[in-house]
Amino acid sequence: MEKRVTFGRWTIGILFAVPQLLLIFTFFYWPAGQAVYWSLTLQQPWGGGNIWVGLDNFRSILSNADYWNSITASLVFAAISTGLAMVIALVLAALTDRQLAGSRLYRVVLIWPYGIAAPALAMAFRFILAPEAGFMAVVNKFWPGFWDPGLDGADAMASVIIAFSWKYVGYNFIFFLAAFQAIPRSLIEAAAMDGSGVIRRFRDIQFPLITPTIFFLLVINITESFQDSFGIVDIMTAGGPANATNLMVYKIYSDGFKGLDYSGAAAQSIILMLLIIALTIVQFRFIERRVHYR
Amino acid sequence: MVERTPILNFFTHLILFAGFIFCVAPFVIVAIAASHNLKDVNDVPMSLLPGSDFWVNIQTAWTTADLGPKLLNSFIMAFGVAAGKVIISALTAFSIVYFRYPGRMLIFWLIFITLMLPLEVRIVPTYAVVANVLEPYQAILDLTGLSWLIEKVSGVQVQLSLGLLNSYSGLILPLVATATGTFLYRQFFLTVPDELTEAARMDGAGALRFFADILLPLSRNNMAALGTIMFLWAWNQYLWPLLITTDQSHAMAVTELKQLIPNVGGAPEWHIAMAGTLIVMLPPLIVVVLMQRWFVRGLIATEK
Repeated sequence: MEKRVTFGRWTIGILFAVPQLLLIFTFFYWPAGQAVYWSLTLQQPWGGGNIWVGLDNFRSILSNADYWNSITASLVFAAISTGLAMVIALVLAALTDRQLAGSRLYRVVLIWPYGIAAPALAMAFRFILAPEAGFMAVVNKFWPGFWDPGLDGADAMASVIIAFSWKYVGYNFIFFLAAFQAIPRSLIEAAAMDGSGVIRRFRDIQFPLITPTIFFLLVINITESFQDSFGIVDIMTAGGPANATNLMVYKIYSDGFKGLDYSGAAAQSIILMLLIIALTIVQFRFIERRVHYR
Repeated sequence: MVERTPILNFFTHLILFAGFIFCVAPFVIVAIAASHNLKDVNDVPMSLLPGSDFWVNIQTAWTTADLGPKLLNSFIMAFGVAAGKVIISALTAFSIVYFRYPGRMLIFWLIFITLMLPLEVRIVPTYAVVANVLEPYQAILDLTGLSWLIEKVSGVQVQLSLGLLNSYSGLILPLVATATGTFLYRQFFLTVPDELTEAARMDGAGALRFFADILLPLSRNNMAALGTIMFLWAWNQYLWPLLITTDQSHAMAVTELKQLIPNVGGAPEWHIAMAGTLIVMLPPLIVVVLMQRWFVRGLIATEK
């Protein structure tokens, strides 16, 4: 889409774009390029220049069992937390959209979790799920050794997933509710006149009409699970126990800034970038289809 | 409501209420835990009746993590990011919508691509750039031979260096350097009728005048929505401040929480940790509650 009426003095026009361009060049394109350069060289952390090593960094990372463990953990985390957050949010939004008494309250409250910083909610859940105090302690009392995120990798993963899903239920809820409310009321009423019940209407009318939103949220949830998980992991488990929750961004951080392996961290960043770019492309292809769909 | 469905309505209420509990319970538990003393908070099960030590715990958490200055830092950073986004995105969107110049589409795509890669994945090199923001320009000068030329002509060796670690600009600028807001404004500017522009031009308004007196007042809703979202987003940043602020005087409230994780040895001071968590949770929660309309609108419009 283009404007018919524009302003002639285009030098002013370029000047308006200059601040943004300077910013993205300095803080986006240069670092992104730098990451590619580092991933192909071996850098001494204490200076002394870079040695060109080609794809060696990638080879050593991809042959490292720790890295594959980190990828598996990230994928498990992404799949389960996305699934949980989306299904719960979908059910809550569909029910809120029925607009029974009190639905306004739910519309307000169910959004709250998304406003909370990941580390803060991680701290809250660290307490709630702590094995010695809080609420899982009650379960442990009746069933000693049942729950200990400090020792058992699966428990730690479960705690991180619960904390992340809690936040993203709020996020998904906002989008699902907006999508449900965009469906014309007359469609629902016409279907009801034809004798279809609530469940049938959901399956045959509402669900197909919100598939674009479902797909959009799927992509966003997965990419966010790669990024936003950092604060949760750092506060709740610090990647442990035994690397069970060492998700990809956390590994980049600990390898790069604690292990001072810039080249390895850069190579990991490149792999993560490619993954996210692939997801984004899927999303854009889909957005085109969404436009067509309407 | 279209028909009478008493049984379904009952289950709807039941499930929604469960969802309500699910969303609110963590807040309530944090608040209650923050009001207990050391012994009560470690009781199994913890009593759900509030204790009496709420203010004491809040004060202890406040001083232990030094939250006063940290909250101020968080506010400065979040306001800085929100304001920076609101201003710079408006300028850029104005440029790509209202002007025709060579390379306009290139600029559009250059900005668009930044949506793809969040700060978290390019964290290591971005850190290096912030350690010396002029490094890219130094490298350009070196590569093009300009620094050699300048050294020959003037005898001055070009050493550009400006470190932004432990500074507000270092915290804020990289977070502003994305396209999120630009497209929100672009979508809106495209809906502004051409007749308005024509009328303004006929009355003798130039580009600057039109932008300041017509376009900006019209985009107030967008600004509120974008500002709210960006404030929350910046407030909740964790990884970036953690790296950039090695010096305590620039630390953020959110990163300071780590100080409050109870030690493994000794009695865990969960009541203090929860009091601190409550303090850090509160400002974004207040923003969400007060600015709900803008928050929802901004979220859906920026698809952030």
